[in-house]
Amino acid sequence: MAHFLFGNLTWGSLPHLWYTEGATASIALMGIAAAAALTYYKRWTWLWKEWLTSTDPKKIGVMYIVLASLMFFRGGLDAIMIWIQQAMSSGASHGYLDASHLQQIFTAHGDIMVFFATMGFLFGLINLIVPLQIGARDLAFPFLNSLGFWLYAAGAVFINLFFVVGGEFASAGWLSLPPLAELQYSPGTGVDYWIWSLQISGLGTLLGGLNFVVTILKMRVKGMTLMKMPLFTWTSLCSMVLVIASFPVLTATTLLLWLDRFFGMHFFTSGFGGNPMMYVNLIWMWGHPEVYILVIPSFGIFSEIVATFSGKRIYGYVSMVCAAISITLLSFLVWLHHFFTMGSGADVNAFFGIMTGIIAIPTGVQMFNWVMTMFRGRIRFTTPMHYFLGFVSLFTFGGMAGVLLSIPGADFELHNSLFLVAHFHTMIVSGGLFGIFAGIVYWFPKVTGFKLNERLGIRAFWLWLAGFFLSFTPLYILGFMGATRRLDHYAVTAGYQPYFIAAAIGICLIALGAITQLWQVVVSTKERKQNQDTTGDPWDGRTLEWSTHSPVPFYSFAVTPEVHSRDAFWETKIGRKELPPPGISLSRREAIPPSTKKYEDIEMSANTAMGIYLSAFVFLFGFAAVWHIIWLMLAGVIGAIACVIVRSFDEHTEYTLTAAEVEKIEMARKLP
Amino acid sequence: MIVTAVLLMLAVAIPLLAMLYTFAWKYRAGNPKADKTYDPERTRGVFRELIWWAIPAAVVAVIAVMNWQSTHALDPYKAIVSDNKPVTIQVVALEWKWLFIYPAQGIATVNFVEFPEATPVHFELTADAPMSSFWIPELGSQIYAMSTMQTQIDLMASSTGEYVGKDTEINGAGYAGMTFVAKSASQEDFDAWTASVKQSQNVLTMDAYNALMAPSQNNPQAFYSSFDKNLYGTILTRYMPPATSSDSMPANMEGMKM
Repeated sequence: MAHFLFGNLTWGSLPHLWYTEGATASIALMGIAAAAALTYYKRWTWLWKEWLTSTDPKKIGVMYIVLASLMFFRGGLDAIMIWIQQAMSSGASHGYLDASHLQQIFTAHGDIMVFFATMGFLFGLINLIVPLQIGARDLAFPFLNSLGFWLYAAGAVFINLFFVVGGEFASAGWLSLPPLAELQYSPGTGVDYWIWSLQISGLGTLLGGLNFVVTILKMRVKGMTLMKMPLFTWTSLCSMVLVIASFPVLTATTLLLWLDRFFGMHFFTSGFGGNPMMYVNLIWMWGHPEVYILVIPSFGIFSEIVATFSGKRIYGYVSMVCAAISITLLSFLVWLHHFFTMGSGADVNAFFGIMTGIIAIPTGVQMFNWVMTMFRGRIRFTTPMHYFLGFVSLFTFGGMAGVLLSIPGADFELHNSLFLVAHFHTMIVSGGLFGIFAGIVYWFPKVTGFKLNERLGIRAFWLWLAGFFLSFTPLYILGFMGATRRLDHYAVTAGYQPYFIAAAIGICLIALGAITQLWQVVVSTKERKQNQDTTGDPWDGRTLEWSTHSPVPFYSFAVTPEVHSRDAFWETKIGRKELPPPGISLSRREAIPPSTKKYEDIEMSANTAMGIYLSAFVFLFGFAAVWHIIWLMLAGVIGAIACVIVRSFDEHTEYTLTAAEVEKIEMARKLP
Repeated sequence: MIVTAVLLMLAVAIPLLAMLYTFAWKYRAGNPKADKTYDPERTRGVFRELIWWAIPAAVVAVIAVMNWQSTHALDPYKAIVSDNKPVTIQVVALEWKWLFIYPAQGIATVNFVEFPEATPVHFELTADAPMSSFWIPELGSQIYAMSTMQTQIDLMASSTGEYVGKDTEINGAGYAGMTFVAKSASQEDFDAWTASVKQSQNVLTMDAYNALMAPSQNNPQAFYSSFDKNLYGTILTRYMPPATSSDSMPANMEGMKM
């Protein structure tokens, strides 16, 4: 009876190790603190109505970024633990972590940083900014947007759930390759937690990808053809196309692994006809497009930033679009470069190696176009521009390392070495993360109504840059010395320790940089009156999002804008006879001449809690699947389907904001 | 080849970075010269753009040719040509040690492999463990060792010496301790060593192998004077489905037997 009710759950599943107890305690404390604050400030209803049940992409975007920041700090903590262990664990010392624990940590670090931190930040920025850039008030499917966020949130909770129930996470690396991830070699619940946190959040990602693609293709404002779209919108489109094409592969592959583990099937096991090599191929067919999903939007962010802060149009717009599209297409043709050493033979290896090298071409083209945008511009070195300069400086060398790895002969010596680790961190941090940081600083005033403290922003940047350099240059060197990745211990004679110590100092600098970023938000919030954005256009921007108020009202645009060219907003800033002094933005002009401005009724999407309930049922299903609680699995499925059916009968999914109400709100803003 | 590829890429990267920093300095907003040359509408130059599509393409094309040639030259399935007769060693990746079986010499070792210098060593690899990657960094390429499958690689040491060998693919808790010693010796020393191992008390029977197969970490080296003659075959076919006519492999995977 107990087994029927509780599956494989036992008392031993509860926390009993120092780190599971510690993590559970800190999760509980944070939860209690949040609940206490909400109760004290009487904000429960506000939280529910204004944020959690909202279908407004501006609200959902902020929620993504907040949750992604929390997950980013968790992943960063994992990184610090790894660095300290590797700096200590040489010769007689085995550090402070045993091998299995360290292996769980770096597995979690990779999954959290990729799926929950970076993807969360990106989905947040795309939600916040892309609709504004194309003149749309909402996404194509507002409910799906909310559902996608809550599935992501459920996944984020799930990947931390093992601390409370279960006690172990997957320890087979961030992609859990079989046969190591199969029951024979990973008998616990760790890999099952891995499977379901990815399945749940992956479903959210896929729905989000569909939503963004339809929105960008179908909901652009009148006059904005594809070739007039801002480049951040273009790169978001490309990235989301990659999501739609690749995430189903991840879903299917991890599903097959789950079938192996749950039903004892043999897709990827060592015996009974299983083929682990098939998993490796499938997971990288998803995995390689995934890393481009992570960096392509950042390319778009940098395009906006370089153009705005150089005071010039982006150079070579058509080239940039071609480059983004070719990178998108090429990213499907290179997956085998992740396992040249699995023994495919020279013809296959060479083909994939050459295709990998070809991706360097459009990437290089983008670099030159950015630099030429700066040519004969008037460049303001704000925090986002700092991140851009850091990005080009680091990404160039990381990219060269990548081309080196694309040569199988070289890869045979560098595969799974620290050189590889240094390469991909260079790409994701200087490409993905720096773009995200720059984008957050750049668009912060649009979302909140005040700018971030510039001095602290630049300080944080230098800490990140110096920290990254100090952390990863030793890893490139260690790779050439023959050091492999994922080591929990190494011999003294290998001579690795000084480099690991240098790298550990580097991660401390990065940690200081991250703390400075957090401090920057706190300080800026305190002094927000001094940095208020009163015009909606604090940077002298070029694209449509800057034509709205800051912060953006819930209906986004009072009047739907009309567009006639690229850099649509810049075109409306008329009457310039002389150069404005540097750093001073023009006063905002209306997007449409006042005489023809006409308010209309606006259809707004209503709040709904159904996304939360649906995700809760999916979460329960995942939990039940991990612990083999059959009745709960069924309850989860039935509950989820029931939610969908109930939602389909919901007739109050929209409400009308009348023209008179819009006019009233707009007029009220103009009062001093 | 690596040096050539790096230099070629630097030929593109260095001008790019030079332009980046020069423009950043020269066209900064505080610089009066920047005001004079401010050209907000300069957005394209077809000729210029052709240059920076063409030059990276040319660099990539050259690297692609080098890539094709070197990949075929360093193909793990390509035998090393030499006047000396190759020595064949079978490798089995276990949890978490390496078993080496010398079919011709009739001996077996754990975590230690010796072979004559200037002689091609033909490794045939499989595993009785999760996917592992066999690597002697100072001698050359790594190659995966996977259960139910056989991969191969030819390595040759140009002189005598002792080298570190390791696993690069995570395969469980004992992964980091899965190192071994690879020694290349003169032909005479190798023969003497083989003879001395043949005097060892240890025999690798199937029972001894089953004990060895059990997970263990940081294994000391071990030497066996003989091994069960069906040992490698048993390991290789342990997980195979019942024998049917095997499908023909694509030509470029002929080295990998399944």
